Amino acid sequence: MSHTLVIKNLHVAVEGKAILRGVNLELKYGETHALMGPNGSGKSTLGLAVMGHPNYIVTDGSIELDGQNVTEMEADERARAGLFMAFQRPVAVPGVKMADFLRHAATNVRRPDRKEGEDLIPMRDFRKELRSKMEQLKMDPDFARRYVNDGFSGGEMKRAEILTMAMLSPKFAILDETDSGLDADAVRLASTSIAEIGREKMGLLIITHHDKLLEHNPPDFTHVMLGGRIVETGGIELARELHDFGYDRIRKAYPDADATNLEMTKKEETALVA
Amino acid sequence: MSTDLVSHDVIGEINKYDFRTESKAVFKARKGIDAEIVNQISEMKKEPEWMRDYRLKALQIFNEKPMPMWGGDIALDFQDIFYYLKPTNKQGRTWDEVPQEIKDTFDKLGIPEAEKKFLSGVKAQFESEVVYGSLKEDLAQQGVIFTDTDSALRDHPDLLREYFGTIIPSTDNKFAALNSAVWSGGSFIYVPKGVKIDFPLQAYFRINAENMGQFERTLIIVDEGASIHYVEGCTAPMYSTESLHSAVVEIICKRGSRCRYTTIQNWANNIYNLVTKRAVAYADATMEWVDGNLGSRLTMKYPAVYMLEPGARGEILSIAFASKGQHQDAGAKLVHAAPHTTGQIISKSISKGGGRSSYRGLVRVEKGAKKSRSNVVCDALILDAKSRSDTYPYIEILEQDVNVGHEASVSRIGEEQLFYLMSRGLSEAESGTMIVNGFIEPLVKELPMEYAVEMNRLIQLQMEGSVG
Repeated sequence: MSHTLVIKNLHVAVEGKAILRGVNLELKYGETHALMGPNGSGKSTLGLAVMGHPNYIVTDGSIELDGQNVTEMEADERARAGLFMAFQRPVAVPGVKMADFLRHAATNVRRPDRKEGEDLIPMRDFRKELRSKMEQLKMDPDFARRYVNDGFSGGEMKRAEILTMAMLSPKFAILDETDSGLDADAVRLASTSIAEIGREKMGLLIITHHDKLLEHNPPDFTHVMLGGRIVETGGIELARELHDFGYDRIRKAYPDADATNLEMTKKEETALVA
Repeated sequence: MSTDLVSHDVIGEINKYDFRTESKAVFKARKGIDAEIVNQISEMKKEPEWMRDYRLKALQIFNEKPMPMWGGDIALDFQDIFYYLKPTNKQGRTWDEVPQEIKDTFDKLGIPEAEKKFLSGVKAQFESEVVYGSLKEDLAQQGVIFTDTDSALRDHPDLLREYFGTIIPSTDNKFAALNSAVWSGGSFIYVPKGVKIDFPLQAYFRINAENMGQFERTLIIVDEGASIHYVEGCTAPMYSTESLHSAVVEIICKRGSRCRYTTIQNWANNIYNLVTKRAVAYADATMEWVDGNLGSRLTMKYPAVYMLEPGARGEILSIAFASKGQHQDAGAKLVHAAPHTTGQIISKSISKGGGRSSYRGLVRVEKGAKKSRSNVVCDALILDAKSRSDTYPYIEILEQDVNVGHEASVSRIGEEQLFYLMSRGLSEAESGTMIVNGFIEPLVKELPMEYAVEMNRLIQLQMEGSVG
């Protein structure tokens, strides 16, 4: 299979404030990319814009999946086209059982043209598939009966996101700090699960601060974001360098982007205070 | 996605509930209400003298009582309504005996399906009279009486005379008085001591003639240690002029008994649904109301439980869904009139497309009702900026040693929830439906299976209606 996700000169604004200022990125099916960068540099914004969050307005540039421009598509159409994002803090949907949610989602993504809500994956097949995926992720079978992200611990939330990814098997998945807020064991479990489920079976864009995730999912490419742009791209050695030595070298090498980044985070702080 | 296909199907679904079967009434009283009409109704039914007097007295009370000063706007001309319509000469006993035209209506409502599943009693009310009913034999053998209230008046006059109007007197409110004057049909159930019915008894109600008021009267007596689950479902066709539904439901739960009364109502948008429902619970008895209100122009309904002796328990679960042009003024009422009584109200309301839903509830703890506990939870979900939700919680506590809690929440459908579900491949409509169904899930799981399915289906129709 040869799928591509091409992000061209992407500019994104949130509530009228420019965040992304010309991002270029190309992912191929089967590749693993790491996206790193200091806080507020625009990593999550990139993910949310690619996924089609209505508050993230694309002001210029495009997102193309297999040559098709998806920039104007709603989030559900993008999901059906093969895009996925594992969120940092997925919202709770009380009263909706994981199993019901996943059955509708998986059916829609696998058979996007049928009439919604009908012809769901047969219950028996679905249960079998879900159970085996949950076993793989070392999840308690009761998990399927719980309400979506409702009262989940940090670790449960992340595992639920990975489970969803496994059930939807997208062409491209963006993982937004799927390792944050977890203890060492949970990080290892999340990392190996992602490797098992996603590695070489989709294109991965991993947003992370940590090295554990990358240890199990060594990136083919590492991108560094600063001030809403990708300022540098390298191989796995770049990820190692950033992990060991931080962003000082990058900040010095790209003073304009650094200044923008500083301003963006300052605005964020003032906004928070206000 | 072909939206054409979807909306076509939705129209088909809605039409399912919007057919008219030509009404071949055998007797139709003229429009309006006065002593002559009331006398006529009583005469047609060949009622005993006491019932005729009861009706006439109620008519007087109705004429004297003012309209309720609260709740919704009621724009009704009482003289422009038919109060009685007798659809067929005799009451059907078996399916074969039921007239074809009425069968057609039932077919469209899917009632034979229910009949197959529930060999127990399907009591279906077509217009004013129960025309069809069957009762599982062993129930009858156990002494359970399940019939329409008109027949009960004829066949069980002593029970009727003893209990009729004792829980909701004609003087209670204007609409209870109206019902008392012109009532017709409804269910009468008597469950003898210690008899536990382990499947739900069902009845279907339906309004069919234009401008036809429906005034059914239900009376349920659950004797000591007995238990019953009664289920009532409604769908109504849509008409252009106002229609009134004003029922009275009285329930007596004797010592140690248990009664659950489940209602799913989906009225047409022009119907005023003004219903009085009240139960009394004696020592260690449990009364539960499960009440789902969809549709109607205005619904005013506050199922009540009066806990009269120690250990009595009252639970009210209520769902209201108000769409465009609809006002759901629904709620609950708990009266703790004895020590060690426990009550719970859970209310969930959804407003959409300019609809308005109000929770109006009362918890009253009488002096001396020590160690009573009551808890009220009401959650409102508002789907758009045009819609509205209000909460009117009344709490009257005349005793110190009690525990009464109240929680209320109002939320708007979350943009983040919508985006989350959509990012998993669910359309906006599907996501909204899922969020709403999740919101009412705590109630739906209390419903019998096929009602839960129907409830989810109705919600889906309400939600789909908003798209496109």
